[in-house]
Amino acid sequence: MKKTFFYNLLFVATVLLLLSACNNTDEVNHPGVAEALTPEFGDTFIEASIGDASTLLPVLASDSASSSINGLIYSGLVRYDKNLQIEGELAESWDISDDNLTITFHLRKGVIWHDGVPFTAADVEFNYQLYIDPQTPTAYAESFKQVIGVETPDPYTFIVHYDKPYAPALISWAMSIHPKHLLDGEDITKSRLARQPVGTGPYRFVEWLGGEKIVLESNPDYFEGQPYIKRVVYRIIPDISTQFLELQTGSLDYMGLSPLQFSRQTDTPAFRRLYNKYRYLNFGYTYLGYNLKRPMFQDKRVRQALSYAINKQELIDGVLLGYGTVATGPYKPDTWVYNADVPKYSYNPDKARQLLAEAGWQDTDGNGILDKNGQELSFTIVTNQGNDLRSKTGEIIQRRFKEVGVAVKLRIIEWATFLKEFINPGNFDATILGWTGGPEPDQYNIWHSSKTDPRELNFIGFKNAEVDSLLEGGRRVFDLQQRKVYYDRFQQILAEEQPYTFLYVGEALPAVSKRFRGVEAAPAGIRYNFNQWFVPQVEQKYVR
Amino acid sequence: MLSYIIKRLLLLVPLLLGITLISFVVIHLAPGEPTDLQTQLNPQASSELQQRLRSQYGLDQPLYIQYGQWLSRLVRLDFGESFATDRRPVLDKVLERLPVTILLNVLSIILILAVSVPLGILSAIQRNSVFDRTTTILVFTGFAMPSFWLALLLMDWFGVRLGFLPVSGLKSLGYEYLSWGGQLLDRISHLILPVFISAIGGLAGFSRYMRSNMLEVIRQDYILTARAKGLSERTVIYKHALRNALLPVITILGLSVPGLIGGSVIFETIFAIPGMGKLFYDGVMMRDYPLIMGILVMGAVLTLLGNLLADICYALADPRIRHSHQGRGSS
Repeated sequence: MKKTFFYNLLFVATVLLLLSACNNTDEVNHPGVAEALTPEFGDTFIEASIGDASTLLPVLASDSASSSINGLIYSGLVRYDKNLQIEGELAESWDISDDNLTITFHLRKGVIWHDGVPFTAADVEFNYQLYIDPQTPTAYAESFKQVIGVETPDPYTFIVHYDKPYAPALISWAMSIHPKHLLDGEDITKSRLARQPVGTGPYRFVEWLGGEKIVLESNPDYFEGQPYIKRVVYRIIPDISTQFLELQTGSLDYMGLSPLQFSRQTDTPAFRRLYNKYRYLNFGYTYLGYNLKRPMFQDKRVRQALSYAINKQELIDGVLLGYGTVATGPYKPDTWVYNADVPKYSYNPDKARQLLAEAGWQDTDGNGILDKNGQELSFTIVTNQGNDLRSKTGEIIQRRFKEVGVAVKLRIIEWATFLKEFINPGNFDATILGWTGGPEPDQYNIWHSSKTDPRELNFIGFKNAEVDSLLEGGRRVFDLQQRKVYYDRFQQILAEEQPYTFLYVGEALPAVSKRFRGVEAAPAGIRYNFNQWFVPQVEQKYVR
Repeated sequence: MLSYIIKRLLLLVPLLLGITLISFVVIHLAPGEPTDLQTQLNPQASSELQQRLRSQYGLDQPLYIQYGQWLSRLVRLDFGESFATDRRPVLDKVLERLPVTILLNVLSIILILAVSVPLGILSAIQRNSVFDRTTTILVFTGFAMPSFWLALLLMDWFGVRLGFLPVSGLKSLGYEYLSWGGQLLDRISHLILPVFISAIGGLAGFSRYMRSNMLEVIRQDYILTARAKGLSERTVIYKHALRNALLPVITILGLSVPGLIGGSVIFETIFAIPGMGKLFYDGVMMRDYPLIMGILVMGAVLTLLGNLLADICYALADPRIRHSHQGRGSS
């Protein structure tokens, strides 16, 4: 009985996946199945990045430009496939012991580094040491601190032991593996590999002209076969308008469009002749978070009322021009962990007023703003500068709150100051921010009550004993169906409590040059099969 | 003259020290640290990492010790390492950006001089004529126009619609396969729009300046004398008036020496040119103290040297000033 319930949920999730997959293709003008082309080698893929990469050592990099380049140069033991299931990369297969405490990875044989040296289990062991070394200033040590020991019985077997079952363990080994023979005994922060990386991935490093471009070339020795596209060029173009002009001249092959560009500025025959457009949901959502240490937000009815007062669809239509979907919790709506069966807060100002009245907020002096014990229900929403979507969201919310008698000021602050003066010391009433996640559902760092210290991620001060135990429990089981029990309940509590008003999930809106074939949207996006993309010989643009 | 130069050079030292001290303090007054930005709101980063980074960067020391350490490295001409994740030496980062910045600035100054000097002179000679009024309007329109907006318009017009100039960047893809002449042409075509845009603001100020200088000079008695001698108008203007009207140009050129390494964030961002302006801006946004200080010091040194140079050149070019110095020296 219980089991069928989960199967049903899984079924719902699958349907959602399929729906989104269909949604993805409605803008796409594929060359058609009839055009059965055999992949051909050659051509260059040119992409623009707003910022320059910071370092091509993945252990040190945390910016998106570095990460996307590193993703082509390096490989991990495992990775997500197109449906966001974990599959082997440098590991051919793995076994998890019955007590969930030991993972044994069987590594691929015959893999070589870009400089020709063979890849072995010693490299993996070295990387484990590298990530947990206190001298390594990495942001990725957390999950490896759960490890109590590693073994390398032979060059193609790597065994890792945990003292408690740790469900995010397997995917944590998706981290990029660095070459031991080039880094052993060196100060990682001074390594020349930061600017001349050597990995095992599908592309090899060619050159990096600071602030100008980074060039990669396909790796003929790649263990899954040489990718078809010969070169990848990242041009650094800091201005979005310039990127868009370059796209219109055909000098770029890929660009993530803004909603405005996607809907209004690319609907020309000239553009459609050159590019295919795709849309799919991003990982990550935007929220309005309430500082729960503030007395006015400690009553759950106030938070629920504020959620009812916001018209989320209006935000999506106004800010994202419709390219997004309503968020109901911290998970992406088309993933297995998403729970659709939670309290939802559709726009209902009457309900909002009623809840506020129940909580004791009344407009006694007739100035249009609710008050209680002589104090008005007014607060400030802070958000960071440079994110137009967030400031627009704030303005729309401001107006809706005013309609139910809540006075809100909006402050937009430069990022470093925002963190230092507002978020770290907990010196804010409410904030509009976003989280970018991934397929792994563990949200311990954001919601657990032990993570409320300054600089930690539960900066709104959310404390809920049941959520704590659910988050701990969710980390301890590996089976997805069992995990879902924990995270379903977790989502229900969050929806009931509304520590955040979950606002919306935006869509990625990439345009890809029509030369490239084999592009397919999937839950993982469109880049997951980049190595299989190709350009028919006759259409190849950059022949040298 | 020599003792004057030495005196001026010696005066630079305390001045420079003061500048660095003030800059150092002001930069550290800005809220937020580089480590905040590298570790904050990252679900993976722990607060230990934050502490570790702070001690690696020396940010856990009191400010005066940090300043002392920075200064002691500076006197050995070591600008330190950037706080960005790449931790490259500041000097490397600056040197990488310097050639293109200097190239653009030199070209732009040349363009400004080449256009605004004749423009200013002609306007002055034909004061209040149709030509004068037209240039005044044009020049001020250029001055008032937001350069980023004009840049985008020109990029759209020449780059996208007409397609005969590249939109952004410094070189085309496949530049290395072009012939020698092809490479030159490629570079030039990439430079036309950025140089034009960066010059257009300066054009207005400089041509106006030139015009008023010229008007000033023409009113002088010695011009009247020259005319009275029966010299041709040509000789009067180009031989007697122009030389004196050009004198203040020296000051302006001297003042533009630090501008040679300074860039503009706006037009570098729009044209995707990796120059000093963007480097500095990104440094400030990331609170990359060594990089910010490095660029500020270089800028300060060049400003001071530029001023000195302008003073010296002025003295060399203008006998009145030269003689007054010598007079003072002998007394």
